[in-house]
Amino acid sequence: MPGENIILLGVNHKNTPIEIREQIALSSGYEEPLAALKNISGLREYYLLSTCNRVELLLVADPLANIEEKVIHFLFGDRIPLDEAHRYLYLLYGQEAVHHLFMVAASLDSMVVGEAQILGQLKEAYRHAARFGCTGPLLNKLLHKSFSLAKRVRTETAIGSSAVSISYAAVQLAKKIFGNLKDKKVLLIGAGEMAELAAEHLVGQGVDEVIVVNRTLARAVDLAKRFRGKAVSSGELVTQLKHVDIIISSTNATDIILHKDEVKSVMRARMNRPLFFIDIAVPRDLDPRLIEIDNVYLYDIDDLSNVVEINKSERDKEAVKAGRIVDEETLKFQRWHQGVAVTPTIQALKKKMDEIAQGELDKTLSKMPQITDIDRKTLARMAEAMVAKILHDPLIYLKSESCAGRDNSDLKVTLVRELFGLTNEENGQKSD
Amino acid sequence: MEELTYLLFQVVLGTTFLATAAYLVYFVSQSKEIRKIARIIMVASGVLQTLYVVLRFALAGHTPITSQHEAVFFFAWATTWAYLSFRWRHTVKNFGTFVSAFIFCLLVISSFSEKNIDPLLPALQSAWLPLHGGISLIAYGFLSLAFCGGLMYLLLERELKNKKFGYFFPRFPSLDSLDQLNNHCLTAGFIFLTIGIVTGSIWAKQAWGTYWQWDPKETWSLITWFIYLVQLHQRFTVGWRGKRAAVMAVIGFAAVVFTFWGVTYLLGGVHSYAR
Repeated sequence: MPGENIILLGVNHKNTPIEIREQIALSSGYEEPLAALKNISGLREYYLLSTCNRVELLLVADPLANIEEKVIHFLFGDRIPLDEAHRYLYLLYGQEAVHHLFMVAASLDSMVVGEAQILGQLKEAYRHAARFGCTGPLLNKLLHKSFSLAKRVRTETAIGSSAVSISYAAVQLAKKIFGNLKDKKVLLIGAGEMAELAAEHLVGQGVDEVIVVNRTLARAVDLAKRFRGKAVSSGELVTQLKHVDIIISSTNATDIILHKDEVKSVMRARMNRPLFFIDIAVPRDLDPRLIEIDNVYLYDIDDLSNVVEINKSERDKEAVKAGRIVDEETLKFQRWHQGVAVTPTIQALKKKMDEIAQGELDKTLSKMPQITDIDRKTLARMAEAMVAKILHDPLIYLKSESCAGRDNSDLKVTLVRELFGLTNEENGQKSD
Repeated sequence: MEELTYLLFQVVLGTTFLATAAYLVYFVSQSKEIRKIARIIMVASGVLQTLYVVLRFALAGHTPITSQHEAVFFFAWATTWAYLSFRWRHTVKNFGTFVSAFIFCLLVISSFSEKNIDPLLPALQSAWLPLHGGISLIAYGFLSLAFCGGLMYLLLERELKNKKFGYFFPRFPSLDSLDQLNNHCLTAGFIFLTIGIVTGSIWAKQAWGTYWQWDPKETWSLITWFIYLVQLHQRFTVGWRGKRAAVMAVIGFAAVVFTFWGVTYLLGGVHSYAR
């Protein structure tokens, strides 16, 4: 049993329908949830990743602390009962957790395999966690490892080159619907990074105009300037629908901002020209029932994955290669982790001491053939007691709790290992 | 000479079969070279069909649309050239696969009926025959293109709405180009159909003494005409396009098929020459 548990817990686009994900998505930013997690005792280190496709927590917990339920409750709140939550959730430990993190970082777990956005999101999440002092030596090491792994995958495989991002998928669909995008107008609702990316892609395809709607007009004006488009206030949303063809929505709104009836009412004025809605917001911005209107096409972020599936096979080969790199790095990390883990160190230390004591005891006893069995046992007990007493303080030192969740156990482990001359090799053979 | 027409018909059938097969191979493989081959064979088939029509015209001394075989063949010929003329102006990805299969089916149907060249019935000896019959069949040609495009539209629209992308998805053109095709072919077909009905009416006045006598064929042509009229009217006024237009193209074509075959075989009437 390791000295601490690495636990990865989360929901993503594969396991969890968007209806559930949008109840979890942390739209208020990282600060609040990170602060809330601090209250869970037994958590040594943690970090939180929240993107449109996943919410994941990577935790380092005390081995005996049963924190899973508390964290699940934190994630799902009271809205979803615990046993139901378990169906949507993945809960991984130790090596599997590390493997999953690496898969995510390498963009192998992404909806669009090979897309580069995830690394940036990972780094941002880490920055937040580090600033709040939530990460410790283990997570620092683990996350930095995942960054370098992502880089390695990118350079050693061609997975990024044929990667299609969500925005690319959106362009593909738009072309399937409109054919030529040259005289089409795009409406951006809200100003997320993803939406901007998609708009950029569409501009690259030669769309006629980009119109930006935002709650704060100043932000809309800024963004519109970038695309040489125009900004309008959010009150004009429905009127704008008469002129535009492609709508990309990514607001932070918690409710639906565009309802079926509103869209239906403009279709007549549009002479039924098709409307293509892309909803990349989680929680969703657009009424899912829009799809029921003739000549209206609505895709939310999950649907876009299907489009991406079409180009998947080319990437599969590269994904296998990348998967191998992930496996390799997982193993390497595992070795390193075992090297710094507290429990194996304690075991190694005890073993070494016991061996020394036993060795010296045997040597001494062989020179004293005349003593009785009772004396032998007394001597052995003495040796044992000496070992135990010598080890007492180092073990206390190793096992000691660090304050405020900040954990410097790997420093301690390294120190003890050097002090007592414990090499990683002899430890590597032991498994937890 | 009649053997020659027989032979030519077999050649036409064979060539069109090859074109259809080539288009199918193209549909599966999406290889540009095969598409080129398929197009060339299709044009060859069009030329050969024209030759066959001309040859029969020369032999019979009138436009060859008076027997079931001739009328269906002429239908196929009209569809082929409607397609080639359309193809010359617009490109609709993989449309050829559907159209060539349709044309081949028509040719197969025409091959089953009697190919003899019969003397022309006295009632049909008129300059109106090529005008009324020919133009109506050309209208059918365009309307069948709209039907093929409508089917493709409905298939693709379903995939886009259900978000389940199957085999057809990457192989289909954009919805917009299919809608334009629908618009173009329905408009052209409707104009020809109107001319066909008007010329028929004038001919009826000369032959039967009345412009309109509610013969089943006349009634059903009118029904067909109204279906297309409604679609075109709605498109221009309230913008019936997309799925609705595609559905109308399919319904309209069903009416065409009924007018063409159903009336002749089921309802009879004075119009049932081409049996």
